[in-house]
Amino acid sequence: MLFKNHGIIERNSMILLIGILLVVSIGGIVQIAPLFRIEQTIEKVEGVRPYTPLELAGRGVYIREGCYTCHSQMIRPLRDEIERYGHYSLAAESMYDHPFQWGSKRTGPDLARVGAKYSDAWHVQHLINPRSVVPESIMPPYAFLEGREIGIKDVVDKHIVAQTRVGVPYTQADIDNAKTDLMAQADPNADSEGLQARYGGKVTVRDFDGDPSKVTEMDALVAYLQVLGTMVDFKTYEPKKAENLR
Amino acid sequence: MEPNLLKTKAMPRFDIIFTCSVAFLVALWAVFATSHAEDLGMAFHGWIFLGAAIAATLGLVFTAHGTALQNDQSTYSDGVIRFGVIASTFWGIVGMLVGVVIASQLAFPELLYFKDFGFLNFGRLRPLHTSAVIFAFGGNVLLATSFYVVQRTCRARLFGGMLPWFVFWGYQLFIVLAATGYLLGVSSGQEYAEPTWHVDLWLTVVWVAYLLVFLGTLWKRKEPHIYVANWFYLAFIVTIAMLHVVNNLAVPTSAFATSSYPLFGGVQNALTQWWYGHNAVGFFLTAGFLAIMYYFIPKQVNRPVYSYQLSIVHFWALIFIYIWAGPHHLHYTALPQWAQTLGMTFSIILWMPSWGGMINGLMTLSGAWDKLRTDPVLRMFVASLAFYGMSTFEGPVMSVRAVNSLSHYTDWTIGHVHSGALGWVGMVSFGALYALTPWLWKRERLYSLKLVEMHFWLSTIGILFYISSMWVSGIQQGLMWRSYNEFGFLSYSFVETVKAMHLPYIVRAIGGLLYLIGTCIMAYNLWRTVDGAVAKKEPLTLSNPNLVPAE
Repeated sequence: MLFKNHGIIERNSMILLIGILLVVSIGGIVQIAPLFRIEQTIEKVEGVRPYTPLELAGRGVYIREGCYTCHSQMIRPLRDEIERYGHYSLAAESMYDHPFQWGSKRTGPDLARVGAKYSDAWHVQHLINPRSVVPESIMPPYAFLEGREIGIKDVVDKHIVAQTRVGVPYTQADIDNAKTDLMAQADPNADSEGLQARYGGKVTVRDFDGDPSKVTEMDALVAYLQVLGTMVDFKTYEPKKAENLR
Repeated sequence: MEPNLLKTKAMPRFDIIFTCSVAFLVALWAVFATSHAEDLGMAFHGWIFLGAAIAATLGLVFTAHGTALQNDQSTYSDGVIRFGVIASTFWGIVGMLVGVVIASQLAFPELLYFKDFGFLNFGRLRPLHTSAVIFAFGGNVLLATSFYVVQRTCRARLFGGMLPWFVFWGYQLFIVLAATGYLLGVSSGQEYAEPTWHVDLWLTVVWVAYLLVFLGTLWKRKEPHIYVANWFYLAFIVTIAMLHVVNNLAVPTSAFATSSYPLFGGVQNALTQWWYGHNAVGFFLTAGFLAIMYYFIPKQVNRPVYSYQLSIVHFWALIFIYIWAGPHHLHYTALPQWAQTLGMTFSIILWMPSWGGMINGLMTLSGAWDKLRTDPVLRMFVASLAFYGMSTFEGPVMSVRAVNSLSHYTDWTIGHVHSGALGWVGMVSFGALYALTPWLWKRERLYSLKLVEMHFWLSTIGILFYISSMWVSGIQQGLMWRSYNEFGFLSYSFVETVKAMHLPYIVRAIGGLLYLIGTCIMAYNLWRTVDGAVAKKEPLTLSNPNLVPAE
């Protein structure tokens, strides 16, 4: 019966085409559509905020260099991973990540909670020459980030605007001050009050790369690495709370 | 199969009008892109676009007087397929060479790394490798074979006049844009979907034209039924269009900047990405290449497909179930667990249609198994199906959550991908290229079957080196990560597990190198075949003609 009538499909290219479209749509719709009911997918967690302009620029460097091809940013709730990397990753922690950088391969360690684990100087030295601090490392060197000005520093406000268009809750003030905020975060002598008022007091303002003369891609990347996994305070986070048991 | 003898009516040449308008619009945008570009990548791509538009216009002008633009319905358009065969071989060597380079970089981390620039760093070369082998090599094989198969099985010339040429050159432009972008650090940061928004838009234009050429040819067919290979090609083209558009929805920061931010973020982005990623495997690397199986294996053994009914079940079951399998890439992540479980369940079910297809291909040899002894091209096809069966069994196993907790994030995944990519996709492509070349250039036979034989063994041994070393490194590293000492502490620091990978990484690079050498031998063999040469002192088949075929 089924096989007899299949001839109809085989003789009509448009029926075949529509049949294919229907059949391949079902799975995606059933799996993906429910995820956009946000309250079922992402729990509310205090502390998660959009990236500062400098962190966003650093994230751009991270993506540009393809760091995600070797480093994951997703700690699974398995005993060894929690002991090695820290608390398992929450959905909320990557809710402002466009694109997500969970990764699929750990040629190097997971970076979801690398923030505040090492000093800025360690990161800079490690990025310049990985094997000078970890002799067995197989990571490529990123010395060229040192001294190179941030490519998007003059258009970072456009980046923040694009972020708001995809749903990241930056304010108009964030957009207006994006360029000054970017410079201020890497300069301990600058006035960073506005930056901290907008992004919270936990925002670190430091000369990340140790070169006070300019704000570099090294500054940006280290600022990004240092914020990873530090937004949520796990001393106050209660995983067993009703809203977190979904 | 007689080409139809109808003459074209005098119609406005929409294909030429379309190509000229596209070239004009691209040139217009490119002029602004070169002058207003906000980053180096966009400026560079502006010049490439401009160059391509000029080349297309010049190409049109110079061919306008000749016969190249004539759309003679009494012949098949095979010129574009010949280019496809050449492009497949070229990109195959490029992609595999980059693969050998990055494999060697993991084994010897000072190789081709420079202090002052990053464009040869692993992170930039890796997308170049994956895109070059999947989209450039695999994509060109699919373009070439689909254009060949749809004409022969419909007994009609390709639809759209010069539109197939637009698809071919437009696709090469897409590859060049993507590849140069990666080296310059232009990346969207989504695995296997790294081309940025302007490159994605260009691919969309090319892909719609591809769908139109394919569908149009089906509409012109002189056969009442659409042959099974074409179902698979059509599913591949349509589904890739859907996946590509949805997964690459993004907001650019400016019309003249390469940077953009994807519409979806976090969990939603993750699931959409792996819905795309897994079905790039399912529809690009599986459905499309199954179409090759359904045409080339029956041709090569001169037997009909084993079972028509199995073809129907195979087709609908495969395309329905594959789409669900994506979430198995996200086990134990922040993705809701019901989605993970659905992904796992369908991945296990997927084992059945996969093997159904394999059986349909293998059993087509019924009554012709003796040809395996004499025809190394057929051996290539059969080995590809064996690897297909192996990796479509391994895949469901790895999609089980408990297994995945060990295998995920390790080289086991890399090994699994390569048993499918090198074993199935690579070898079925080699088989198709070996079959197509004598047909397209009207040669009696390949230059040398002994070289095919050598290629077969080099690639088979290369694959075995590759996947065994990745089993060793992947499972070993997974076990080391979760190993505890007698005091209840983790036994190994992360970098100790990296150190343990050194030897398997060397073995893997050797495996890849063997495979690459095999592909170079194929390129030589195909080139000599096109040249019209026949190896001296080589019989038409490899067997002793006095032997009696097995009963």
